[in-house]
Amino acid sequence: MAGWLKETGPQSDIVISSRVRIARNIEGIPFPHGLSEALAKEVTEKVHKGILAGNTSFNEDFQLISMRETDEVDRLNYVEKHLISPDLAKNIATGNMLVNQEETISIMINEEDHIRIQCLLPGLQLQEGWDIADKIDDLLEEKVTYAFDEELGYLTACPTNLGTGIRSSVMLHLPALSLTGFIQAVLRAAGQIGLAVRGIYGEGTEFIGNLYQISNQVTLGITEKEIIGNLHDVTMQIVEKERGARKNLVDAKKIELEDRVFRSFGILKNARKIAANEAMQLISDVKLGVNLGLIQEAPLEKVNSLITMIQPGYLQKYYERPLNIAERDIKRAELIRSIL
Amino acid sequence: MFCEECNEKKATIHMTKIIQGKKEEIHLCEDCAKVKDTANFENSFSIHNFLAGLLDVNTDHQFSTQYSETYQCPQCNTTYDRFRQKGRLGCNQCYESFKERLGPLVRKIHGNIRHTGKAPKRTGGIIRLKREVHQLKQQLIEAVHQQAFEKAAELRDQINELENRIEEM
Repeated sequence: MAGWLKETGPQSDIVISSRVRIARNIEGIPFPHGLSEALAKEVTEKVHKGILAGNTSFNEDFQLISMRETDEVDRLNYVEKHLISPDLAKNIATGNMLVNQEETISIMINEEDHIRIQCLLPGLQLQEGWDIADKIDDLLEEKVTYAFDEELGYLTACPTNLGTGIRSSVMLHLPALSLTGFIQAVLRAAGQIGLAVRGIYGEGTEFIGNLYQISNQVTLGITEKEIIGNLHDVTMQIVEKERGARKNLVDAKKIELEDRVFRSFGILKNARKIAANEAMQLISDVKLGVNLGLIQEAPLEKVNSLITMIQPGYLQKYYERPLNIAERDIKRAELIRSIL
Repeated sequence: MFCEECNEKKATIHMTKIIQGKKEEIHLCEDCAKVKDTANFENSFSIHNFLAGLLDVNTDHQFSTQYSETYQCPQCNTTYDRFRQKGRLGCNQCYESFKERLGPLVRKIHGNIRHTGKAPKRTGGIIRLKREVHQLKQQLIEAVHQQAFEKAAELRDQINELENRIEEM
């Protein structure tokens, strides 16, 4: 299971994970959306060889996974673990991924750009994530000539990624700000300073389970360090606001809060069938209860891992067979009961 | 048949939605359909066609280059029109091929058109040298123009030296 789900990191009462991804393209080869299969294969080989040649220990650590040789359930599961994007999962013909055993580093090949290096760590670790992605980028660059322009920086298929090609994001759990309604002001403020806020499964997804993903938008004319630093600082401010809101809830509405947390815990431990969205909301309550020390018997890592385990891809992989919606609801309840 | 939304006007727009195999028929009047359409706006909205939209706004540059719809990037054959439709460029050369029109777009997106971050370690050095050569060549033209031949000779030597270094890299 992916590192960000197994462990917790700094500020883990609120920050679930940090992600840094950088987009790169190879000079002289058309961008993936207009690429022949032969050239796409060449891109994959170049990147694969580049990574292996860069560091001998990568030989054992990294595995090349081709979308063509991966079944639908596994692809879905990779998306749920945030190792690949839904777009890569759809690119069955030429999409590939290099991933390390810990599942903290994944390199998407032939997504929107030829190369997308991604580092995903638990808790608030943006700087650490950038350091790792930066090193892999340097290793790869020794073997592969990147499309780079001294004015525009790294050239990307979509001009929104130009320059640094970096997109950094944090996944936050903000139940108290959501409950008290202050979240709207936070989201507005984030938007005003050039940050985008989304649900956890990317563009267009709702804020299921009080989970929010915040990322930088501008990639050109600002250094990587500034981008990472800005997002880190804003995240810390939101973290403080959420902690304040949680404290206020405990002070002013302790019994209501406890009631909600333990009811949700009760349902999760006893339900016989449950839909994903309902489960996400209940898990959010339980997670808050664990963070506030109300629930002692379930460790945070366990509750965090549930977020991905209840998703359709994971369930079907876990039970090793295709499940329809009704079956998934039953198996989901079963799995949650066994974990809690 | 009356509109399912307002139950007042005649339904003139008939839609069939199929979601996960479940078929649903909707009958609406023109007004209600418009309202529904804006609600569906989110679905038809992607970053790529949004970018394409930004391109259509005319820039106030007096001398902006007009690309004919068939103008192609020499490296990948992507036409400017194609980029407008897809919001994605075909290859790295496209940035050079459509430079005049992309500049304003890039500024709209990032508020900036100059990269200040990381440069590739191995090839970044060459880029810096090439940039220097380019500047020296401009100075050389200027020097020749002013008939400052001693300076021009100096510049020529500098350019030669840098070009040799680039060659060796």
